[in-house]
Amino acid sequence: MAHINVPEGVPGIRSLVMFRPETGKPLYELAQVLLRGESTLTPAERELIAAYVSYRNNCTFCYSSHAAAARCLYEGDAGIVDEVLKDMQQAPVSNKLKALLNIAGKVQILGTEVTQADIDAARELGATDRELHDTVLIAASFSMFNRYVDGLASLTPTEPEAYAEMGVRMAKGYTLPPQPQQ
Amino acid sequence: MAHIELNNDLPGIRGLMYYSPETAAPMNALAELLLRDDDNTLTRGERELIGTYVSYLNDCFFCQNVHGAVAGHYLGCSMDQVDAIKNDFTSANLSSKIKALLVIAGSVQKGGKHVTPEQVEAAKNEGATDKEIHDTVLIAASFCMFNRYVDGLGTWAPQDRSFYINRAPQRAEEGYIGSILK
Repeated sequence: MAHINVPEGVPGIRSLVMFRPETGKPLYELAQVLLRGESTLTPAERELIAAYVSYRNNCTFCYSSHAAAARCLYEGDAGIVDEVLKDMQQAPVSNKLKALLNIAGKVQILGTEVTQADIDAARELGATDRELHDTVLIAASFSMFNRYVDGLASLTPTEPEAYAEMGVRMAKGYTLPPQPQQ
Repeated sequence: MAHIELNNDLPGIRGLMYYSPETAAPMNALAELLLRDDDNTLTRGERELIGTYVSYLNDCFFCQNVHGAVAGHYLGCSMDQVDAIKNDFTSANLSSKIKALLVIAGSVQKGGKHVTPEQVEAAKNEGATDKEIHDTVLIAASFCMFNRYVDGLGTWAPQDRSFYINRAPQRAEEGYIGSILK
């Protein structure tokens, strides 16, 4: 049970933004612009960064749902997602994406963990400043979302089907959920 | 120097927000709602103190000084007194309720799952409402984002703390929306 009186039966962050839609609005806008806005990183790659950080933060709701969204967006290559979560360095993704995931992993620990060498390595593999910026901010924002979801002990479904459904919805983008019927 | 070319000389998060206005908009809207909105039973000073404390735990020089100075402005205490609170809030001259909320914020900084039902119960016993607990968790979580954003991209921060103290009254007056260039 959640630490505060959120709508019953609603999972994860959706229950929290229904409790407090005022703060929910900028949170969903941030997710939308970071994960679906204009970028040279694909939505699938950005969802993968989100899932990777959430997995490292041990936030089951966030990593399961964003992994499901990433699988939808990777379509035929959906298997990539689980390979990255299992062992990022051995996964069949580009070296550039691995360098960005490495930076995201550092951000997950703390901002000051990111070194100039990490940045240079990603740049040499073709990462642009914009991609570096977005990677750091996606990783930072999921360090927030994960803490929000788990810090209030929001409902975390255990069945994989629940997340598969969420992934289909999330692949289309992020809009604030409607208020529950009174 | 920041890890990426920001094309401006603004310090800390302001340089990043100038570089990326489309992500700055929801982030500033979130900060404004959480820290300054007057429809809140936590005072602005208490909310800034939560942000300051989490930034201190995350070792983010820029954020802990910006928000420490603003907290001091609202609470009518010096930077030395703010430092003393960061070091040991339990023996500070603060209400039992805000102390219980700072315990929760400190757990959120470690990770969402560190918040225990006992900590939440203790805050409720001191009179904290569900909304206050919600906002405490989200303020703490959001600073885990802001701090990582600022340090993960290696932004510069003025080392002279009078810079932060001198700007605090203006920040308190004008708020966070449109704050990048001011």
